[in-house]
Amino acid sequence: MLEFRAMKIVEKAQLMSPAEIDRTLQRLAHEIVEKSGGTKHLALIGIRRRGVPLAQRIAQAMRGIDGVEVPVGTLDITLYRDDLSKVAPQAVLQSSDISFGVDGMDLVLVDDVLYTGRTIRAAMNGLFDLGRPRRVSLCVLIDRGHREMPIESQYTGRVVQTSDSEIIEVRLREIDNEERVVLVDRVE
Amino acid sequence: MGFRVGFTNPEVKEVVTYRFRDLLALEPLSAAELTFLLDQSKPFQEIQRHPLKKLATLRGKTVALAFFETSTRTRISFNTAASRLGADTMNLQAEASSLKKGETLLDTAFNLNAMKPDCLVMRHSASGAADYVAGRLDIPVINAGDGTHEHPSQGLLDALTIRDRKGTIENLNVTILGDLSHSRVARSNIHLLGKFGCRFTLCGPAMWVPRELENIAPGTAIRSVYKIEEAVEDADVIIMLRVQTERQHEASISANDYILGYQLNAERLKRAKPDALVLHPGPMNRGIEITPEVADGPQSCVLEQVTNGVAVRMAILYLLTAGEVEGGAAHPATQAVPGTPATHNRRATDRSTEQPISKGKDS
Repeated sequence: MLEFRAMKIVEKAQLMSPAEIDRTLQRLAHEIVEKSGGTKHLALIGIRRRGVPLAQRIAQAMRGIDGVEVPVGTLDITLYRDDLSKVAPQAVLQSSDISFGVDGMDLVLVDDVLYTGRTIRAAMNGLFDLGRPRRVSLCVLIDRGHREMPIESQYTGRVVQTSDSEIIEVRLREIDNEERVVLVDRVE
Repeated sequence: MGFRVGFTNPEVKEVVTYRFRDLLALEPLSAAELTFLLDQSKPFQEIQRHPLKKLATLRGKTVALAFFETSTRTRISFNTAASRLGADTMNLQAEASSLKKGETLLDTAFNLNAMKPDCLVMRHSASGAADYVAGRLDIPVINAGDGTHEHPSQGLLDALTIRDRKGTIENLNVTILGDLSHSRVARSNIHLLGKFGCRFTLCGPAMWVPRELENIAPGTAIRSVYKIEEAVEDADVIIMLRVQTERQHEASISANDYILGYQLNAERLKRAKPDALVLHPGPMNRGIEITPEVADGPQSCVLEQVTNGVAVRMAILYLLTAGEVEGGAAHPATQAVPGTPATHNRRATDRSTEQPISKGKDS
């Protein structure tokens, strides 16, 4: 059971500057195009909330690579979570928006931080309700370890060693009005 | 991911979310709460379009469906909503129930509750019945129609259908045609749409349009007229009501007279705005209150209403039964969304105010 107590949060380090975030996304876009062997069936699925602007930025970067136009969908995983009864009351639902058929597609899930892997498990359940993609891979800005599921990312911005009490906050201008990745720690 | 929910950036405001313990009526809900309910139905509308429509969100939960009054559409709709969310259902139907053997409503409710469902969906012929039961049970109660009082999920699905087609539910001219005196649907429609500035014209044979309906929603413009041509003039939305023979003590108007005076046909529909919508909560009496060409025409939303009904009921079941409700240890959900005001935490209806068992004209 998660407890929401008032805890002091101390910022320990900045992990990425705006320029570093940008460079990382550029690299990830290149990697995805390269490893997918063509963009014909490629589509990005941003996981709400911070995966959405990241997916859009990667798609934008792909447009710059050789003018490839990759469709971007968004996925809200709330209904697929395995901890709905534990996270005190219901999280607010938001719409998923995937306007293309996923059958036979080469989908790349995009999220900000890979942690326990439970979000990605939920996202895959959601995706398979929409159809049968040919392949699903995962792209994250930060992999912080501590997996509780057999899930790994194929495209990783940066791997960061963290302790359990630490939190990685990805702050993006579209959502947070600032742009950086910071490592914070909880002090009881 | 859930972990970070509690530690959102303080610069970013929280999204508005409402807690609902029961859903008994739309009358006590604010426009903001109603908008929230409609918005939360949207993700479930998407799920109706998925090839695989089954979720595991309410896996392990049980929804008790107690229909003390017969129902086909609403019962199947709630049943479908519950099973698409992964919940199990227990079904009680009037014909087969021990009510026939003389058990009181409350005893039946207590017995159902003793089988430990996670929520109770109930329909009853007495106005206020759901409220009465809700005040005596510790699980959420959803009113699926109580006498001539309210039918909240129908009101919500009608509003959702109108909002999808028109883009808004604000400031529309809404005409409600038919047997208004017995209609809980009409009351829920008025209480919901009235909060968004809609103006109402009620029309039907005089004995079915009680003047006191004009005063049920203070602040809402409601007028009664007795000629259908006048009633549909300039309408944005026409809500048809079924002629409820089961609630009438004596035959008050012949089918022929009703057709002559009040049937919605293509000719009469022309007097409404060209993009006017026609809604009907069902079951339709084709050829009586509505002609087939109108019922099957492009302005008809009848089947969309049915599809949206499942989505709305999934949202209601989700909001009332997902998450930890017991113990009062509820913490407001805090999902960060920029630019929205602070979290609210209240229930849909305040149980401390007992409502009278009978509201409006009961049969």
